[in-house]
Amino acid sequence: MPPSLPPEPRRFHQARWDEPIIFELSHPGQRGLLPPRPEPEVLDQVGSPQDLIPPALRRDQPPALPELSQPQVLRHYLRLSQETLGTDLIIDAGQGTCTMKYSPKVNERLARDPAFTELHPLQDEATVQGILEILYRFEQILKAISGMDRFSLQPQAGSAAIYTNASIVRAYHADRGESHRDEIITTLFSHPSDAAAAVAAGYKAIILYPDPETGYPSVEALEAAVSERTAALFITNPEDTGIFNPHIATFTRIVHEAGGLCVYDQANANGILGITRAREAGFDLCHFNLHKTFSSPHGSGGPGAGAVGATEALAPYLPVPLVDFDGQRYFLDFDRPKSIGKVAMWYGNVGVVLRAFAWAMSMGAEGMRQVAEIAVLNNNYLLEQINRIRGVEVPFAAGHRRIEQVRYSWERLARETDVHTQDLGRRAGDFGVQYWLSHHPWYVPEPVTLEPTESYTREELDEYAAILARVAAEAYEDPEWVRSAPHRGPIHRIDPSVLDDPNRWAVTWRAYLRKRDQWPSSDSSSTR
Amino acid sequence: MAIIGLIVNPVAGLGGRAGLKGSDGIEIQQQALALGARPQAGERAERALRELLPLADTLTVMTYPGEMGEDAARAVGFTPQVIGHIEPGHTTAADTRRAAREMRDAGVELLMFAGGDGTARDVYAAIDETLPVVGIPAGVKIHSAVYAVSPEAAGRLARDYLLGRTRDVILAEVMDIDEDAFRQGRVSARLYGYLRTPFGLRLLQGMKAASGVSEAAAQEAIAEEVVDRLKPGVLYVVGPGTTTRAIFQQLGLPKTLLGVDVMKDKQLVAQDVNARQLEALVADAPQVFIIVTPIGGQGFLFGRGNQQISPPVLRRVGKQGLIVVATRTKIHGLGGRPLLVDSGDPQVDALFEGYIQVITGWREAIVYPIKGAG
Repeated sequence: MPPSLPPEPRRFHQARWDEPIIFELSHPGQRGLLPPRPEPEVLDQVGSPQDLIPPALRRDQPPALPELSQPQVLRHYLRLSQETLGTDLIIDAGQGTCTMKYSPKVNERLARDPAFTELHPLQDEATVQGILEILYRFEQILKAISGMDRFSLQPQAGSAAIYTNASIVRAYHADRGESHRDEIITTLFSHPSDAAAAVAAGYKAIILYPDPETGYPSVEALEAAVSERTAALFITNPEDTGIFNPHIATFTRIVHEAGGLCVYDQANANGILGITRAREAGFDLCHFNLHKTFSSPHGSGGPGAGAVGATEALAPYLPVPLVDFDGQRYFLDFDRPKSIGKVAMWYGNVGVVLRAFAWAMSMGAEGMRQVAEIAVLNNNYLLEQINRIRGVEVPFAAGHRRIEQVRYSWERLARETDVHTQDLGRRAGDFGVQYWLSHHPWYVPEPVTLEPTESYTREELDEYAAILARVAAEAYEDPEWVRSAPHRGPIHRIDPSVLDDPNRWAVTWRAYLRKRDQWPSSDSSSTR
Repeated sequence: MAIIGLIVNPVAGLGGRAGLKGSDGIEIQQQALALGARPQAGERAERALRELLPLADTLTVMTYPGEMGEDAARAVGFTPQVIGHIEPGHTTAADTRRAAREMRDAGVELLMFAGGDGTARDVYAAIDETLPVVGIPAGVKIHSAVYAVSPEAAGRLARDYLLGRTRDVILAEVMDIDEDAFRQGRVSARLYGYLRTPFGLRLLQGMKAASGVSEAAAQEAIAEEVVDRLKPGVLYVVGPGTTTRAIFQQLGLPKTLLGVDVMKDKQLVAQDVNARQLEALVADAPQVFIIVTPIGGQGFLFGRGNQQISPPVLRRVGKQGLIVVATRTKIHGLGGRPLLVDSGDPQVDALFEGYIQVITGWREAIVYPIKGAG
């Protein structure tokens, strides 16, 4: 490397294990646990253990599970864990829109307590008053934060919450004889699930494009979109750019005047917690991802929880059951005739709610507002650092600060060096951090979205910025080195075209065995 | 060993710096040279070729002599395979056409050409859709979508195609305006045809390789939505383009790629109409809708390539009868710039200003601004 480069912030090197799939490690007959055979007296009394299972439930063949001993299983998963980058290991400021914050370990202890894990959802209400109280009290916290009147904690993910809200919108209009309303308006920089869940629920998605100056859609664009067909507005604010639409109350008024409902996607509320509320902005429905703002582990696929809030007028349509309190005891209220029904098994991911409740109680109202304030400060501090790097730009609203995240563009660097944002991200991995690009389609060219939540120190933000400064400088000095990254990762690179080819997807071992022989044996573009 | 073809139109771009709005015709070229213009097509071809240098060991460049490509190839370090003959200093459009045909017949895998809209027309006339091409922008007029955004982008697009990194090939518009009319202040653009070009998303807009949806699939989804919305008894005037063609394909109807067709109740009413025919058809119809897609890279809805849809027709149909269809890629290629209307009548243009819903997929539309070109 030429001497003009800034120093390497950290001499990181990740483990590389070339670890096989666990099925490939299997040896017939290997066991992790050998249960003792039943003693003759027991056999005499109760018969063979297999016979205890009713014949209709019994498998003809044992399941084709991998057969390994305990130490092999332990090593296998420890090795895999060494090949990951996660919030407990790295400065995870690069996973924009995901609100990667610290999940206090004491809350994990609570969630693993047998007093919770041994509960059964069919238990009599009288025996589960404690967890029902937690669900009830957490609802009161969310009501105070949002200004909404009722919450359902049942949806198990953010997109599930959006779909739940779309279902509520549909039930509301059907109730009023207005089922002709078949359009849901959203914006380009709202989460793509706002459009996708709307379409999945049978609506047409009308997407507002941002004004090239401000970064958010103009009031005129919204006026061109609303009509007697408008069922609802589904919107994120601040949007994924980190820009807050200051005309949001005008937006909700225009949609209400057209007879539509207003739904606030607050999956990520980290920049406005305790500062602005859905109610005052004129929304009828909203949702919070407890695995983002409320610190339950983000989990990359679960478990999550998307708490759905509604005003008095929309509350009758919320999923059943809601948790209620009659002054003496907590109970599950199924007697809600207008409800859209259930949207998840039982009561949702109660363990996630438990963690979020513990976090909210440890923070208190002042602490939660401080979360938002520090998250915004951290973001604007990082923005100042990143903005000094050659080749980076901050599209839209020039000179204005951002809320909790920023969508940057490396378009200039890409034009000048032919090094692209994916290359920079792979090279950043060589320094032990990751970064996330953007939802698709990429309206911001060569994007990267950074969201340093309240969980990072100033030193950590400096290190993150120093890593990107180093990587960008390398792109100018030695572009091929960046293009051929990662150099210190567990694997090299993956051919993204497999994402377009279902014949190359296998989420089960059986599918893998079935499909692997059809895959082209040599794929020159997959690695280099 | 891959072989690519290279054609440089040495006079492309001559008229631009001299303010002559084009370089068609020997007189204009000589006038430009007299005004001090210096040829730059060769230099721009060099910039594109430089991006191909990493492949030099496995690549043969086939080209025409001297200023038509040989000089540029040698300047960056290739040893080109030179074919054909020219009269140095006096090359013509016929040379471009002959070169394109000869290179195609010699089996080149990809043809790169440096020029402007006139050059693209010549290449199109010679080889039609028989060979994938990459346009290196070097001319004064670049209305044709077949050109990359810069010489370097053209070089990288060719490189990615040769390496198999870019697999999608789309039809891109070959457009040209009448230079004489342009010099007199009138813009009269025509859509001449389509050339096949690799689809370089990254070079267009910086998307990743796997977008999940190919352009063809996106056009099919748009067609599904439009067909869902068709109403009985309405006369549909359907403009040129591959996106509108997908609608007709869905209905099993033939579509004039370069022309305006008319449809009613999912049946063809008239094919490839001119302005007068269209005005007569529209006058007799109780309800009329127009379905168009933006033409070229500049976002023109009217006035480029579909002048058959004349101001009287536009006035009759109005904005409420306008159905705009476009893939999200095409919209993003505009980089936030508005859609444009240049009907020739500023009052008619003004009728279409403001926001419109653009159908971008099945059950999906976007809200996007339209502006008059004036």
